[in-house]
Amino acid sequence: MLERFERAGGLPFARVEFGAIAREVCLAYTPEAAVGDYVIVHVGFAIARLDEEAARRTLALLEEPAP
Amino acid sequence: MRYVAPFRDRARIREVAARIAAACTRPWRVMEVCGGQTHAIARHAIDALLPAQLELIHGPGCPVCVTPLAVLGAAFELSLRSEVTLCSFGDMLRVPGPRGDLLAARALGADVRVVLSPLDAVEVARRCPERQVVFFAVGFETTAPATAMAVELARRLALDNFTALCAHVRVPPAMELLLAAPDSEISGFLAAGHVCTVEGVEAYPAIAARHHVPIAITGFEPLDILLGLLDVVTQLEAGAATVTNRYPRAVRAEGNPAARAMVERVFAIVDAPWRGLGVVPRGGLALRDEFVRFDALARHALALTPAPEPAACRAAQVLQGRLCPTRCPEFGRACTPETPLGAPMVSSEGACAAYYRYRAAGLSR
Repeated sequence: MLERFERAGGLPFARVEFGAIAREVCLAYTPEAAVGDYVIVHVGFAIARLDEEAARRTLALLEEPAP
Repeated sequence: MRYVAPFRDRARIREVAARIAAACTRPWRVMEVCGGQTHAIARHAIDALLPAQLELIHGPGCPVCVTPLAVLGAAFELSLRSEVTLCSFGDMLRVPGPRGDLLAARALGADVRVVLSPLDAVEVARRCPERQVVFFAVGFETTAPATAMAVELARRLALDNFTALCAHVRVPPAMELLLAAPDSEISGFLAAGHVCTVEGVEAYPAIAARHHVPIAITGFEPLDILLGLLDVVTQLEAGAATVTNRYPRAVRAEGNPAARAMVERVFAIVDAPWRGLGVVPRGGLALRDEFVRFDALARHALALTPAPEPAACRAAQVLQGRLCPTRCPEFGRACTPETPLGAPMVSSEGACAAYYRYRAAGLSR
């Protein structure tokens, strides 16, 4: 997420970078997202902020020995 | 951290595939519900990493594909009205309807525009007050909050030229319908990660318990899908049937409360027809009475007209996971992305499109 701003109707928006391009994305459902966060975007809305700690936990499953 | 590369890491993928192979001693059929996962499986050839006894079957996870033919017909009719601008997601434009697809309507002079977000359709309505803008609102729980916000924004802006042709559907009731079929062969599910991002996990424990099927909530990278499969297979072998979340970086137990609240505000849960499945109890969303002035059918006094399904297309069986696309006699012959017989061949989430796109590299079996 690159920067936040507001639009008509009072909705929060952000410019979000997808690889080489950037698009405007509505933050109404992820108001906690901050510049530098990764968000999941679906049809112009950020629907989740990715949780780094949870991602690490998933990867750590593999460090455990197989049952 | 990087969120893609570690979940495509070869060593990790091999490790999980080996654990699945070691765990799997009997034949199982696991259905992935989301078309995005179907495409990931085809694209990354995940089925080729699995033991022969573990079969992946593809579910109805393509909103474009399950949109009833009668609704496609209504979109076509509305788009041909001189005062109407129809705004739609791009992959809907090539789905054959009763009188042709929306590109055919455009060729007849209809004002059909592609939008990437429902908010874009609101913006068209704001800028073109002389046009009646109809947003063709299809999608699962992932998309419903966006449509709900578009309707709410149209209300706030007092737009009287914005309506939605709503065909929003809900995934867990459809999973339950498939499991309830007496000849269901589904041993377990990979649940759709982004649907759960919005709606959370609460719908699933009851389904797992009632039908005794394990359900793993799964993301879209190869490692996500394999971890979900490992969970499901481990449980199947042990006779267990619980719900696990293997996509916690995006899925909280409660989902996205703000998005759920907006959907609840704008939509009511209704029984709804799914193309290929029939009427799914509590399987869809309809605008609440307070928002009925944003209902395109009501505003434009149009009723849905039932239409016969094309005889040669076996999309219904594909959507129920009963027919692998490559076993359809028309696949790649009469039916291609250029000349589709049905929606699954043209939608970006359709199973037939997934196999067609990646088949050339020998990735399907």
